[in-house]
Amino acid sequence: MNSGIPALRAELDERCERIGRRVTFMEVCGTHTMSVFRSGIRAMLPKNLRLVSGPGCPVCVTPRGYIDAACDIAGRDGVMAATFGDMMRVPGRSGSLETLRSAGARIRVVSSARAALQLAREHPGCDVVFLAVGFETTAPGTAASVLEADRDGVDNFSVLMSQKLIVPAMLALLETADPQAPELDGFLCPGHVSVIIGADAYKPIVQRHAKPCVVAGFEPEQILRGLAHLAGQVAAGAAALENVYSGVVSLQGNRVAQKLVDQVFVVVDAAWRQLGVIPLSGQLLAPPYRRFDATRRFAVAISEDDDDPECRCGYVIQGKVEPRECPRFGAECTPDSPVGPCMVSSEGTCAAWYKYGRNLPDPSARGTQEVGL
Amino acid sequence: MCLAVPGRILERGGEDAVVDLLGNRLKISTVLTPEAKEGDWVLIHAGFAITQIDESDALETWEYLREVYGSSPAGAVAPDSEDAMTGEGP
Repeated sequence: MNSGIPALRAELDERCERIGRRVTFMEVCGTHTMSVFRSGIRAMLPKNLRLVSGPGCPVCVTPRGYIDAACDIAGRDGVMAATFGDMMRVPGRSGSLETLRSAGARIRVVSSARAALQLAREHPGCDVVFLAVGFETTAPGTAASVLEADRDGVDNFSVLMSQKLIVPAMLALLETADPQAPELDGFLCPGHVSVIIGADAYKPIVQRHAKPCVVAGFEPEQILRGLAHLAGQVAAGAAALENVYSGVVSLQGNRVAQKLVDQVFVVVDAAWRQLGVIPLSGQLLAPPYRRFDATRRFAVAISEDDDDPECRCGYVIQGKVEPRECPRFGAECTPDSPVGPCMVSSEGTCAAWYKYGRNLPDPSARGTQEVGL
Repeated sequence: MCLAVPGRILERGGEDAVVDLLGNRLKISTVLTPEAKEGDWVLIHAGFAITQIDESDALETWEYLREVYGSSPAGAVAPDSEDAMTGEGP
């Protein structure tokens, strides 16, 4: 299966050499982040190619105010919170869901919104709250579960929404006036998010900003192919949308899922961790389904600007710094004792760097090292 | 949370299906892939089939997952089994 890797590496090397300057691509998918490290791709990148991780880890982009709201609700009598496992250890202002569970709160780890709904059916005396975080891949499941709860009258079910949309965040990174933001030459677009939204969803990035976008799968060969296509475009002075995962991703995406999401959610401005509010980048329940909105049921507000100013996760998810450039990385912030979400999540950039990347060349040398031409 | 994993539909009933996911039986929802039939391959994300895929693509991904996660990759990608839709994992 790996037979194509040497050829793709050679292609990528040749194209980066042809580009003749430093080139920066961003991936925006936690699975890409992990796979790039685990497979050793990061160590084999051409010297003038920098691959940065963007805001693609759902737990990492969720603001601290959301964790605090989740803890507030989960700690109440008669409540059972249901969450994806990655959320358990993310620190809020006063502890995490895990510390709350240790203190006796009823918090269950689930791998699906539907499993949360099932908990509500099994525990009619409990208010079951599903912590709905994630991107376009999790949104249809959340929407389907709300519809099912509505149809079957499962009134002890609600969702605490923090569903995010990736394309508005990618556009925001290109449109920021922040001088620290990296100059990006193209995006490696996420494979499984694109199953839902379709490859065409990235057209605004290509059309408005003339940045190449290539949709790629998560296996090493697929990622290398994606990078080679990106480099090929830059070398040729092109900016196009390509889909090198066409066996799985269509141009239009999953219409059934899109229709379901459009029925149950409305698109709203949303707060991202340390990125502030990005226009039209999140989803809340549409009016007919608002009785399932946990913020209403429990009269809780999610604070928009409550992120820890000392934590640099917000810089990491914008590609502004590598994890090792954070003073806490590997010292007071480790997977066993995480300070920020990027170290907690199994898909977090800091967790990936901690596990696989600590022996890579020092990032402080980046500004001065010879570009391999 | 971004990773979707291929599975093969063993049984279908209404909007639910039981799939073979790397040798494990898993109950999923097919509400997002209404046309998928028994024997078809689907990509599964967070308990939902999100698209149908070719068998060859599916088997290639299985092979990769087995390489990465070793002999019991299902636990790494699908902490819930059919009998335990909820649990304390992963």
